[in-house]
Amino acid sequence: MAEVLNMQNISKSYYMGEEELEVLSKVNLTVNSGEFLSLLGPSGSGKSTMMNIIGCLDMPTSGKYLLSGNDIEDLDETELAFIRNKEIGFVFQSFQLLPRLSALQNVELPLIYAGVSSAERKERSLNMLDRVGLVDKTKNLPTQLSGGQQQRVAIARALVTEPTILLADEPTGALDQKTGAQVMELFEELNHDGRTIIMITHDIGIARHAKRVVNILDGHLSEQEVQ
Amino acid sequence: MLLESIKMSYENIVRNKLRSFLTMLGIVIGVASIIALITIVQGATNSISDQVTELGANKITVNVMGTPLKQGLNQEDMLNISEEENIKGVSPTISGKTGIIYEGKLMENVTVQGKNDVYFNMDTSLLKTGRPINILDLNSKNQVVIIGSDIIKELYYGVDPIGKDLVINGTSYTVIGTLNPSSGFSMGSNNESVIIPYTTAMRSLGVKDISSLDVFLEDTALADDTVTDLKGVLNPAFNYKDNAYTIFNMGDMIESFESMMSMMSLLLAGIAAISLVVGGIGIMNMMLVSITERTMEIGLRKALGATPKRIQLQFVIESIFLSLVGGLIGLVLGGLIAYTAAALIGIGFSLSIATILLAVGFSGLVGIVFGYMPARKASQLNPIDALRSL
Repeated sequence: MAEVLNMQNISKSYYMGEEELEVLSKVNLTVNSGEFLSLLGPSGSGKSTMMNIIGCLDMPTSGKYLLSGNDIEDLDETELAFIRNKEIGFVFQSFQLLPRLSALQNVELPLIYAGVSSAERKERSLNMLDRVGLVDKTKNLPTQLSGGQQQRVAIARALVTEPTILLADEPTGALDQKTGAQVMELFEELNHDGRTIIMITHDIGIARHAKRVVNILDGHLSEQEVQ
Repeated sequence: MLLESIKMSYENIVRNKLRSFLTMLGIVIGVASIIALITIVQGATNSISDQVTELGANKITVNVMGTPLKQGLNQEDMLNISEEENIKGVSPTISGKTGIIYEGKLMENVTVQGKNDVYFNMDTSLLKTGRPINILDLNSKNQVVIIGSDIIKELYYGVDPIGKDLVINGTSYTVIGTLNPSSGFSMGSNNESVIIPYTTAMRSLGVKDISSLDVFLEDTALADDTVTDLKGVLNPAFNYKDNAYTIFNMGDMIESFESMMSMMSLLLAGIAAISLVVGGIGIMNMMLVSITERTMEIGLRKALGATPKRIQLQFVIESIFLSLVGGLIGLVLGGLIAYTAAALIGIGFSLSIATILLAVGFSGLVGIVFGYMPARKASQLNPIDALRSL
């Protein structure tokens, strides 16, 4: 299977005044196409930093990061924006939908930045909302949707550009158990259809939905065998 | 891409109607005052220069101080001048003051002017009744007179003066015409004057030389050339002596008046432009507030693939949009103010394309200049910090 993500000796340090704080320490990670991977770790373990680096929102202090064969280090702000648009579909804990746009308009957003024509944008977004089971809510504003529905809109938005990786940060963190389970079911379906998913969570119950679980603790990764 | 940005900007502006309106108000006031001031000053300038033109923009006046040897112009000099190019006619003025008598009633200190036929031909509105002075009167030095409106009131009240006699400086003249009252504003008021043929005047007032000459032009655009030609005739006539005469070009005066007025309108517009700058600062302030409010949105858009340039474009367009709409409202408002003012003062109203372009261009520029900094700030937001801010 094709390798979509390859991290070699990735380190990330922050400076708190004089003091250097190493959040990631020489991390190695390879993800192949079609994998469903969980990054499991408690808060403060460095998992948010991992997510930011994987999503090209942040740059590592040292190490090599290849995303779909692109060396991230070589890219400038504009190229990074294109990579984020094309390669990564973000799903956030708090959904991050724009409150004044309808479900459909929210899903269309990344396609606007991809330069897709308005007719094609609408068609693709409607298809994706259909895929997540919200075809009858396209005109609703986020406030008129339940938490689970909002997260589905966010997932549709993440997938509408057909990204290489669906990158989810605590996707069930703001949902009750039942809705959370439904979202995880959707993830499993998507992965079954061939979607590569990386999910960051602190909840071992949620992490178990993934085929592969990688523990993160104090900036170090360790693979965990799934039964 | 541009269209999408414009659409997004529009939606953001409409969302905050009151705030957008208040922000625009600065630009509205700035543009309205520029438009109103320029238009009013322009209207006033046009009205005044029209009035001055009526006085005779097509006229060059030669005043002769003379030299000890030659104290004024004679008929031959006049003839030489009238033969130059671009000259429609030449009218001399000889003037003196004396007493006049009709049926025993005396008026003292009346201005007696000696004129010729050209004077009346050039301005047919001078004469109210009767006939003008003609060549025959000039050649035969006829004792005929045309009288001003105040003279009629004073000496011929309730009588038709035409054909009556008038004694000027002890000699009897026949009244052949009357003058229309001229506005007190003009310097050439004839209301208290009597006009006789200049040849007659030279004889009866004992004047040998002509000291003032009006030269009427075919084409006022060539006035400067004609002035040169006149000097070519006058300099040899006065033996190249300095200060023997002065040439007064009415066109020059109008020109300098107009340039003065345009300086003034520029000055006023400059002052009004300051209020535009204040309006621009208002826009910048609102943009900065808006960016702080929308930090999460900006971060999200960046995460979804918006390039820094794209973010910057959106905010600059929003700023231009605000100031252009403000500029257009200001244009309409300023036009209305100027129109009302013009109607009240009684001057002309003309809103020139240049003024409109100036206002629209200026407000667009304000949008770009004052939108640039906030937009740049937005584009440089770090998406991680922006997303975390929620």
